[in-house]
Amino acid sequence: MKTKLQKFKESYFLYAFKRDRVAMASFIVLVIFLILAITAPWISPMNPYDAENIDIMNSEIPPMWMADGSSEFILGTDNMGRDMLSTMFYGLRTSIIIGLGAVALQAFIGVVLGLSAGYLGGKTDAILMRIADIQFSFPYLIMAIFIAAIFQVAFGVGSYERLAVPLLTIIIGLSNWPIFARTIRASVMGEKNKEYVEAARVIGFPKFTIMFRHVLPNSLTSVMVIFTIQVASAVQSEAALSFLGFGMPVTRPSLGSLIRAGQEFIFSGSWWITIFPGLWLVIFVLVINLLGDWLRDVLNPKLYKG
Amino acid sequence: MAVSKFGKIENHMFAFIIRRIIQALLVMMIISLVGFAIKNKIGDPVRDLVGERVTPGERAEIADNMGLNDPFLIQYVRFVKHAVKGDLGRSFLYNKPALEVIIKHAPATIELLIGSALIIILVSLPLGVYSALKPRSLLSRFTMSFSTLGVSMPVFFTAILLIYLFAVNLQVLPSYGRGETVDLFGNGYWNTGFLTIDGLKHLILPCISLSSIMLPLFIRLIRSEMMEVLETEYIKYAWAKGLSPARVWLIHAFKNTLLPVVTVFGVQMGLTFAFTILTELVFQWQGMGFMFLEAVQRADTSLLVAYLVVVGSVFVLVNTIVDILYGFINPTVRIAGTK
Repeated sequence: MKTKLQKFKESYFLYAFKRDRVAMASFIVLVIFLILAITAPWISPMNPYDAENIDIMNSEIPPMWMADGSSEFILGTDNMGRDMLSTMFYGLRTSIIIGLGAVALQAFIGVVLGLSAGYLGGKTDAILMRIADIQFSFPYLIMAIFIAAIFQVAFGVGSYERLAVPLLTIIIGLSNWPIFARTIRASVMGEKNKEYVEAARVIGFPKFTIMFRHVLPNSLTSVMVIFTIQVASAVQSEAALSFLGFGMPVTRPSLGSLIRAGQEFIFSGSWWITIFPGLWLVIFVLVINLLGDWLRDVLNPKLYKG
Repeated sequence: MAVSKFGKIENHMFAFIIRRIIQALLVMMIISLVGFAIKNKIGDPVRDLVGERVTPGERAEIADNMGLNDPFLIQYVRFVKHAVKGDLGRSFLYNKPALEVIIKHAPATIELLIGSALIIILVSLPLGVYSALKPRSLLSRFTMSFSTLGVSMPVFFTAILLIYLFAVNLQVLPSYGRGETVDLFGNGYWNTGFLTIDGLKHLILPCISLSSIMLPLFIRLIRSEMMEVLETEYIKYAWAKGLSPARVWLIHAFKNTLLPVVTVFGVQMGLTFAFTILTELVFQWQGMGFMFLEAVQRADTSLLVAYLVVVGSVFVLVNTIVDILYGFINPTVRIAGTK
């Protein structure tokens, strides 16, 4: 018996990964990003959420390599006197939490509905897929913006900002699940007539057990592929919503609200307040997209055209 | 036999159209219900009508006269009846009928969409075709690696970078507003920026920002479709006949890549519409998106609801028409939904 580790070492997956320099580099960058996000409270030079650390006299200091820069603030400070580097670490952390949470919600809704539609078939399938079709006919960003606008008007700006993290997770989760439902349904349709499902049925397992214990694990490869891309898209949606003012407040910023807050300062020459968080976001989304592309090629060559 | 077969196809088509229209009506009902619920539970119709300076007694009387104390369902039916006639309530922010406010703001957004659609078509077609024909050339490889970067750039960040470069540093292009516009029909509804130099200058940066997110996708799509077509038998046959490369590439191959590209183009213009909201915010562009954000900020629920209903209806209408047209072109679509 080979151990799992040995199996992994000899797998095509690892072989393909080692051969692709872009994938390796993206993976390393992504891991660094994740470590920075997780350890943000300990490695950040200052805590940008804590008003006591912030000194308004330090506002709009340029990055340290520029004329008026100070070595205390490597990437400069924003208009409130917060250290840019620290706000970017914390912002990344917030963006990742919301992005992962939202995609987990999307995957949960999509998997449950797609699995039911694909396995049960008939009327269930027709109704569920019609709902997915209808939602699909509205662009996900429009859905997200509409839901966010309704929530904001309903809750009032104050409570919306207090509840921003869970609300954004729910909004982005609700706005983009049909893609999971469709993908999982397609692979379930392919699996459900195979012998092992037939065997499970003959043994007399309940439908529920067959669906979740037998069919689901074998249909997950396709979900893996879209999961990565969806995280990138969710992080972008969060940034877009925050940029529009439907997201994290400036006192607890995500990357989107940092860009929003710094936007007006490019006119007065303080470009670093908005450009650094922007680049930070672009690099993060870029490595996820590159990894997603690679994963799609390796796991599912047939899907390549996408 | 042929006649009955033909008749059967027509029946299918008819049933398909009916089903599709029923679905559209259902979706419209859901949209109007959501809209009405917002208006009923959150909005304040009395304030929309007479403002804040009214005593509580008068308010109650006005509310009663307006039927605001009627049961939910009766009020909903009234809302739908008014909506069908084009009365979507009054915007207190503009002190005008909400629909009129939206219609006045629509041209700015539509011009933004037209401008970026033009850029997408003019740039992605040549680049996509070229990188399919010469996949190993330097330009193709540059285009392909640039396109992944392009997908990862949020529209608003592209917009900010463009403003920083062209408006703040080089000071060659304006950074906000629509500039000088011309009243197209002389009735004050459609002010176009396409007819003045200043208006065109103001269009450049917003349109580039808006098209930047879709360009990579189209270049890739056109490239992959074109490469696939180039592998088919009939292209080999065309080469064997000794046709000129230009003829094979443009007449035989390119024409057949267009159908899927046009389909995706339609879908993506919907998403582009969502991105206009972001673009309009960065450039202070007085279009529907900017108006919508203002309505949310100032809690102008009537205008917000009117916007939801109008945008929702346009999407449902366009989708339904496209689906029905598709049913005529592609029989599998209408058969698939029958069971």
